[in-house]
Amino acid sequence: MNEKTVIEAKNLDLTFETNDGPVRALKGVNLNIGKGDFVSFIGPSGCGKTTFLRVVAALEHPTGGAITVNGASPEEARRNRAYGYVFQAAGLYPWRTIAKNIKLPLEIMGYSREKQEKRVNDVLQLVDLEGFGGKYPWQLSGGMQQRASIARALAFDADILLMDEPFGALDEIVRDHLNEQLLALWARTGKTIGFVTHSIPEAVYLSTRIVVMSPRPGRITDVIESPLPRERPLEIRDTPEFIEIAHRVREGLRAGHGDD
Amino acid sequence: MMRNAGPIAVVLLVIAVMWYAGSFFMNRAWTMDQAERAGTTPTLSEVFRDTMQQDRARLPAPHQIASELYEGTFKKKTNSKRSFVYHGYITLEATMAGFVLGIILGVTLAIVIVLSRVFDLMLMPWAIISQTIPVIALAPMIVILTNAMGAGSLLVPKAIVAAYLSFFPVLVSMVKGLRSPSAMQLDLLRTYGASPSQVFWKLRLPSSMPYFFASLKIAVAAALVGAIVGELPTGAIAGLGARMLIGSQFGEPMIMWAALFAAAILAAMLIWVVSGVEKVAARMMGVREA
Repeated sequence: MNEKTVIEAKNLDLTFETNDGPVRALKGVNLNIGKGDFVSFIGPSGCGKTTFLRVVAALEHPTGGAITVNGASPEEARRNRAYGYVFQAAGLYPWRTIAKNIKLPLEIMGYSREKQEKRVNDVLQLVDLEGFGGKYPWQLSGGMQQRASIARALAFDADILLMDEPFGALDEIVRDHLNEQLLALWARTGKTIGFVTHSIPEAVYLSTRIVVMSPRPGRITDVIESPLPRERPLEIRDTPEFIEIAHRVREGLRAGHGDD
Repeated sequence: MMRNAGPIAVVLLVIAVMWYAGSFFMNRAWTMDQAERAGTTPTLSEVFRDTMQQDRARLPAPHQIASELYEGTFKKKTNSKRSFVYHGYITLEATMAGFVLGIILGVTLAIVIVLSRVFDLMLMPWAIISQTIPVIALAPMIVILTNAMGAGSLLVPKAIVAAYLSFFPVLVSMVKGLRSPSAMQLDLLRTYGASPSQVFWKLRLPSSMPYFFASLKIAVAAALVGAIVGELPTGAIAGLGARMLIGSQFGEPMIMWAALFAAAILAAMLIWVVSGVEKVAARMMGVREA
C-alpha cells in the first residue's frame, strides 16, 4: 500500500554494556516505515521505543542487524538532512527569541540569511505561531514552546519527523489540541512521522500504524494497521472502531508484560 | 532596595552601639592614666567624652574614622600621599589589571579543561592546590621574580597576586557553566550534524554566561584582596594595603581603620559595577526580569 519505504530495520539488535552487565535494549526488531506513514511506538519504559528512534537518528549505534533511512545509513541520512528530531522537553535556548531558536539548525547548516528568514516565517505559520517570532521562550506557554520546538525540527524541511514523547509533559487539554494540530500539519506536509508515546488514546488517534513493544529484551510484540480514515476529528475517539483498536493495543501491552 | 533598608539600618545601629561601647572600654585605661598623672578624678561623662576623641585611641570611635576617611578623600589633593583617592587608585589599578588577567586565565583554563579530558585530569588538581598556598607567602617571591625580569614597579607583581586569587572562582564556575547543557541539548545539536566548535559557540558558551557573571562578583572581591595583600609584605609605600601597614607601624590606628574602610567601600563599588554589567548582559540575553 505504501509505494516507498523510508525506514527499514532488519533484525536490529542493540545491547548496552552497563555496570550491571549487558542490557538488551532492542532484540530482533524488524520494521518498515513507508513514506507518509504516521507510526507510533508504544510500550512501557525500557521497551526500546525511544532507543529505536535514537537508532534511526544515529544517536545510538546498533550492535547487530541493519537499518537504512532513505536507503542510506542513519549517519548519511543525517548529512542529507533527512529528519528533524523533537524531544520531550522543548529545549529552546532561553537567550534566543523564538525566531532565533528556529534559525539554530539553519545557522549550523549554513543557510543564507534570506533563506533563514523565509524558512522561519514558513514554519511559524505551520505551527500557528505567526507573530511570536520576537518573543523569548519564557513568554510562551508550555504547549506553545513545544510547537516552537516542532517548528525548529521542521525548519530545514526534512521529510521525516522523529518525535520522542513530545507532549508527555503537557496537560491533557493542551495535548488534545496539539494532537489535532499535529494531524493537520501532517496532512498538509505529507511528512513521515515516528512518534513515541505512553498514551494509548494518543497513539490510536494519531497513527496509521501502531507498534506495540515490550521490555527485557526490547522487542516488537504487535504492529497494528489503523483502519481509521486519515481525516480525524477529535470525536472519532468515541467511535467503536477507535475503541476496538485501543483495546487491541491494550491487549498487546498486557501480553508483553506476561513474562514478568 | 527599599525593603532591605530597614534590616540593614538595624544591623548598622547594633554595630555602632557595640563599637561605641568597645571604644569606651578599650580607651578608658589611657584616660584614667592621664587623669591620675594630672592628679584629677574625672566624672563619667568626662571619661566618656575623652574616650571618643583620643588621637591614638586603641579603638577609634566610628565618627573619628568617618571624619578621617572624609578628610583623606575629599579634603586632600588627589595626588597627595595622604589622600585615599591617590592610594585607592594605586590599589584599584592593580586590582583591575589582576581581575582582567584572572578572567582571561580562568576562562582559558576552563575551556581547555572542558574540551579535553586529559587537561581536566592534568590541570584541575593544580588549580585547586594553587588556592591552598598562603598568598601572603607567595607575594614577596613574585615581587623578586618580576623585578628580576624587569617589571620595574609593584604594579605587575600586585596584579599577578590579584589574578592568582581571582582566576579560581572564574575557572570553577566556567567549568560548571560550560558543562551545564543537558544531554538532550547536546543530542539535538548532534542531529543537526553540528561541529564541536558550533556546539561550543552556540550552546556551551552562552549556557555558561549566568555562571560566569556570578563568578565575577567573587573574582573582583578576590582581586582587591589580592592587590592589598600584594602591598603588605612587599615594602609598598603606596596603595590602601601600604596605608594600613603604615598606620599599624607608626601607631596611627585611625589611618589603619580609615584605609580598611576605604578598601571596603572600594570593594562595594566594584561589586556594584559588576552587578550592573551583569544586569545589562542578562537583559541582552533575554532573561526574564525579576
